[in-house]
Amino acid sequence: MYTYNDFDKSFIATRNSQFRDQVERRIDGSLTEDEFKPLRLMNGLYLQLHAYMLRVAIPYGTLNGGQMRQLAFIADKWDKGYGHFTTRQNIQYNWPELRDVPDMLDALAEVGMHAIQTSGNTIRNVTADHFAGASADEIADPRPVAELIRQWSTDHPEFQFMPRKFKIAITGSPNDRAVTRAHDIGLRMVEKDGEAGFEVIVGGGLGRTPMIGKVITNFLPQEDLLPYLESVVSVWNQIGRRDNKYKARIKITVHEHGIEEIRRLVNERFAIVKGSFSGIDQVRLAQYKTHFAAPDFTVKAKAVFKDAYHSDPIFRSWADTNLSAHKADGYSIVSISIKKQGDTPGDATSDQMRLMADLAETYGHNELRISHEQNVILPHVHKSDLPALHAALKEQDLATANIGLISDIIACPGMDYCALATARSIPIAQEIATRFDDLKLEHEIGNLKIKISGCINACGHHHVGHIGILGLDRAGVENYQVTLGGDHTETAKVGDRAGHGFTAKELVPAIERVVDAYLDLRTGKDEEFIETYRRLGLAPFKAALYPEAQADAA
Amino acid sequence: MSKSFTPKVVTANDLLKGDVIYQTANGWTRDLANAEILTDEAHADLRLIEGSQQIADVVGVYLMDIALDGTAPQTTHFREAFRAKGPSNYVHGKQEVA
Repeated sequence: MYTYNDFDKSFIATRNSQFRDQVERRIDGSLTEDEFKPLRLMNGLYLQLHAYMLRVAIPYGTLNGGQMRQLAFIADKWDKGYGHFTTRQNIQYNWPELRDVPDMLDALAEVGMHAIQTSGNTIRNVTADHFAGASADEIADPRPVAELIRQWSTDHPEFQFMPRKFKIAITGSPNDRAVTRAHDIGLRMVEKDGEAGFEVIVGGGLGRTPMIGKVITNFLPQEDLLPYLESVVSVWNQIGRRDNKYKARIKITVHEHGIEEIRRLVNERFAIVKGSFSGIDQVRLAQYKTHFAAPDFTVKAKAVFKDAYHSDPIFRSWADTNLSAHKADGYSIVSISIKKQGDTPGDATSDQMRLMADLAETYGHNELRISHEQNVILPHVHKSDLPALHAALKEQDLATANIGLISDIIACPGMDYCALATARSIPIAQEIATRFDDLKLEHEIGNLKIKISGCINACGHHHVGHIGILGLDRAGVENYQVTLGGDHTETAKVGDRAGHGFTAKELVPAIERVVDAYLDLRTGKDEEFIETYRRLGLAPFKAALYPEAQADAA
Repeated sequence: MSKSFTPKVVTANDLLKGDVIYQTANGWTRDLANAEILTDEAHADLRLIEGSQQIADVVGVYLMDIALDGTAPQTTHFREAFRAKGPSNYVHGKQEVA
């Protein structure tokens, strides 16, 4: 893992002290809210419906036990004893008071964390595959590159007042778990003739106008990455629209100018920018690689795992659902679900955080990850430790076996917290998860991704959910639109809007009808929902959603 | 003909705590029941300006619609109902102290 050097520590300390001063000046009335707002946003501080909200970056989703324990400490001392993990690998505290925020930032700095550029029109927290450095299908660990991008983008003088926010995601695996095609820039590590490089995707994004990103170059040599990124952001910073915030993101710029023209402008800019990079970035990258060296994997017998797997059906169900293939023999990647049916997706209590920190230190080479799907990952656990790990997780309600299933729902905070929301998301997620748990159907249904957003900004990724739900305000009543067939992976696709929306009361039965239709229509248990959808299209699912239309037509 | 004026309350968030507050005749309250009810448009606009000037105490001042149940103000939109109560997933916010 990356550890801060003296420069990093002093940079964060200076920044925190500046913000402390800005907060004081806001409180004594020397700064108006209009003056203070861009300053607080630069430091991750929002004002939401009921309170302030502090969004803390977990760079590329990686943290260690000490950092997780500090997040728990902050939750207890200055918040209400929990935190909310988000779809961009951040943690949000929902209840801080303004005067306490500088102390919270200092507490974060103690463990090498910050909230810089988690908001505002800046380059945001760079996100990465949550299985990075562990997954069996990986070409290379993307995190050293992600750290390079974090350092380059943090306080970059050219990119502090852009047309809008800018999000970068990176994966080192051909199986895209980082939603790279729905980011302003998506990077996929690739190899050509033995040389490492990137496929660069630009102009993806969800929100009001969902777009799947377009490939601007299919092979960028590794040493050209930063000058190329700088060129892309620079071109957009100049020609991106500032007249209309809904048309400001690079997806609209790419759409309006065309990918060929953007490519030409970027190449033109690159020719100038490239010369200003002395090569120090590659020296730094080589250093960062040593920070992310793989742990010393141990070789030991797996008999304990096999015994538990055959004798304990609850452990077996969890192992079948929550484990993924690791690159090292004898190891597994553990996904800890923080989505027990009926709980708030992505929320973890301080006790849960401390337990996960302890378990990472005891069994997981002191590493944790936050996934964009709002779960916590222990990337390196030896199979022989899994029964003990599972038993410990049960103590804090963290052993739910539902990864990838219908109750493993992404949900944004929605109108329970968010000032931008048009409807609630959390209660909908709670009801769907509880309903299918009551029916004892979720393992039968298999892999099915439900994603819920409480407004058109799509923080809940509803466009790329197999079943997407968008909460809107229709004449003063919460109303939910359903999209079907979305895909967030390397075969990314925006879902199809099914038709008119549902009230909160109508919605859960409607989702149940769609799932029943899938169970009737699938060729067998090994055909997942999305595969059945691709085979048959919208029509049979639409008929299930709207039986009254069928009745009218008959 | 202009739309007839419906009763309103001046609302905002507290600068330090960030929670929802409502204007009274001589300050702010955390309880909607104690808010100053504005039934005259010109007076409401004036009270909004007065509230907005208190930059060292409050943030995001605006006029919210209410309905009157006798003399008691009631929210008319679900967003304001959530602001007046707190989130639905935990007993936090105003419902915590209620």
